[in-house]
Amino acid sequence: MAYAAIADRDQEHHLHDPQTFITKYIWSQDHKVIAIQYAMTAIAVGLFAMGLSIMMRLQLGFPDSFSLISPEEYYQYVTLHGMIMVIYLLTALFLGGFGNYLIPLMCGARDMVFPYMNMLSYWVYLLSVLVLMASFFIPDGPTGAGWTLYPPQAITSGTPGSGGGIVVMLVSLALFIVAFTMGGLNYVTTVLQARTRGMTLMRMPLSVWGIFVATILGLLAFPALLVAAVMMLLDRLIGTSFFMPEMLLMGVQSEHAGGSPILFQHLFWFFGHPEVYIVALPAFGMVSDILATHARRNIFGYRMMVWAIIAIGALSFVVWAHHMYVSGMNPYFGFFFATTTLIIAVPTALKVYNWVLTLWRGDLHLNVPMLFAIGFIFTFTHGGLTGLFLGNVTVDLPLSDTYFVVGHFHMVMGVSPVLVLFAAIYHWYPKITGRMFNDTLGKLHFWLTLLGTYSIYLPMHYLGFLGVPRRYYANGVTDFIPESVQTMNAGITIAALVVAASQMIFLFNMVWSLFKGEKASSNPWNATTLEWQTPETPPAHGNWGDKLPEVHRWAYDYSVPGEEHDFLPQTEPVHTGAIVHRDLEDFKE
Amino acid sequence: MAHDATALGAGLTPGLRGIGSDWAGDKQTFHVPWGKAMMWIFLLSDTFIFTCFLTGYMHVRASTRIPWPNPSEVFALSFGGEPIPLILIAIMTFILITSSGTMAMAVNMGYRGHRAKTASLMLMTAALGAMFVGMQAFEWTKLIIDEGVRPWSNPMGAPQFGAVFFMITGFHGLHVSIGVIYLTTVAMKVLRGDYKKRGYEIVEITGLYWHFVDLVWVFIFAFFYLW
Repeated sequence: MAYAAIADRDQEHHLHDPQTFITKYIWSQDHKVIAIQYAMTAIAVGLFAMGLSIMMRLQLGFPDSFSLISPEEYYQYVTLHGMIMVIYLLTALFLGGFGNYLIPLMCGARDMVFPYMNMLSYWVYLLSVLVLMASFFIPDGPTGAGWTLYPPQAITSGTPGSGGGIVVMLVSLALFIVAFTMGGLNYVTTVLQARTRGMTLMRMPLSVWGIFVATILGLLAFPALLVAAVMMLLDRLIGTSFFMPEMLLMGVQSEHAGGSPILFQHLFWFFGHPEVYIVALPAFGMVSDILATHARRNIFGYRMMVWAIIAIGALSFVVWAHHMYVSGMNPYFGFFFATTTLIIAVPTALKVYNWVLTLWRGDLHLNVPMLFAIGFIFTFTHGGLTGLFLGNVTVDLPLSDTYFVVGHFHMVMGVSPVLVLFAAIYHWYPKITGRMFNDTLGKLHFWLTLLGTYSIYLPMHYLGFLGVPRRYYANGVTDFIPESVQTMNAGITIAALVVAASQMIFLFNMVWSLFKGEKASSNPWNATTLEWQTPETPPAHGNWGDKLPEVHRWAYDYSVPGEEHDFLPQTEPVHTGAIVHRDLEDFKE
Repeated sequence: MAHDATALGAGLTPGLRGIGSDWAGDKQTFHVPWGKAMMWIFLLSDTFIFTCFLTGYMHVRASTRIPWPNPSEVFALSFGGEPIPLILIAIMTFILITSSGTMAMAVNMGYRGHRAKTASLMLMTAALGAMFVGMQAFEWTKLIIDEGVRPWSNPMGAPQFGAVFFMITGFHGLHVSIGVIYLTTVAMKVLRGDYKKRGYEIVEITGLYWHFVDLVWVFIFAFFYLW
């Protein structure tokens, strides 16, 4: 049955313009307001998790000088720091925040396809955050099982928070998944079905591609976490034994019998590995757009970049057990997962080459978003290279329980996406708020963050080679750890304090510029993508005024030879005699 | 693609490339309403939930040391003497498959614009669904009260049998119950004439969900009752 696309319908249909303060800013169905709500909540909860990491670092750096936290609290903070950063900050900010803001604007839609559901998504997300925070106020506190929540220890007595904390954690995760599903269905459907005239899939900016594929990954990966959470809740609350084997606990036979802890690990990592790319793919996409814009060059190998995103997304579902080498598995399985893991490095490396080639001979504008984007290429390459070590079974086994993993993971999934988030926040700040941020403070923030994080995580790789185990509250005196390790730990802590403090510069810059910043023009970076071509800045409700934009070219027409300006917006019609980019020419044959 | 975007649809490219460029065209990828596209994507996601449940079940069944109860004995029902294996589940499956039939007829009637027929067929589907849930409640009661099966223990063998059974059929029963509510709501709105202007795609979207729930049942039936 024929069905008219949104861009072909009469433009008479009006959105319900919100009237009151409450419908405009609180119970808002506008994707931009929802995006900002998501972002604010995510950043707030992320700052909280950063506070937790500072407490841990103070303990590790100066184990005898402070008595801020107990060993139990250390585990609780480790757990909550990891969970919040990976799920409640990164996933929520990339997809709920930037996904919401950028998809309709970059695709030329007026809003998400189901705004009401989009609003619900945010409120359920907020609920999940509140439930998680509530775990600090229950008798035995939040769970201290580690962010992977491995059973049996997650629910056996002796682990901090095994009474109420783990239940609260699992409920909060289930709520988050519900929220994500409602949002994610919206993002995918909007990208597929509500693009404007001329916006073909192969003309979409890479940001949209990254967010789109990441959302699909989320919709397929979160179910595994949901199932694992449901099963563990049943184990904990009504005494089933899905994950719980027969055990002696403090000399007492446990009531569980016959379950399989490995099953949980498989379910968790079937979610957990795609989760890495749920966070990384939007970062890949956004960094591509930011690099191209500020280097005034078209992205190198656009179609290759798109296919790399899709290939990485597909491969990310068949590598999960590389997180479980130390759990023990059939050597053939280890071989299989090591192979797929190393294969995934191919499209990823391809993307890194393409970013570098985009910069090659570009007209680099080293402003704040560009600096963060270039910083990302460094941290991501370093984090990716250590991933090659850990992807091999034999190298992974001795390194797995050491600080090497902490260093690798934070480099590739902590620092790298966060640098892109900063780049993106600075890049789109003028569009979101209508004002420019302070450049000097931004650059100060960048250098402190980049150098600071390097001085935190590079030494950790070395600690790992020395065999310093992770997850320990204090190392104490042992034969295999030299005393100099403690000096290094103290140094890392000082660097961490500096990085944490420099985030205050960022917050101050954001708030100060909101009121005192210079007014931004509608397209301060001379960018080509649609969100910079809106009639108002910040874009009004409905985004495009009376008429939807029409797209005539891809998103990367920078420095086209023979053109008057060094950029051609996507809405610019193709005029006769123009040099059309080869990527588009390919389609003709 | 260098020429105007509208020409994309007109100049059809043959073969696989054609399919590719058709999908990648502007405005929309699939020529279906938003709700239908979204339902398909949701069902894909839901498929992964059930797949994980069933995979978990298979893993648990393979790893437990205590023997698994024989389903044809556990799920037998006797009518005045001889126990008939799987008879209840056979009737339940028959009912659910029948409801898919009435649903398909409702979709057909919807597109023809017969409001009353559409609504009554949908309500019939909902009634069959409710009947299914009712029989499931009967089955649960029989297992819990008469045979002493609990989520944490099971007199006939592996305790995981009870755990997995209640979890998976419970989750599926929840889907059916939600479907019954969904069907009833949409049927009422059809009857009231809410979709006269907007068209009756919603009936088909509801139907997609319903057929999915049936399909999942076929897998649960195969893996749980026949294995």
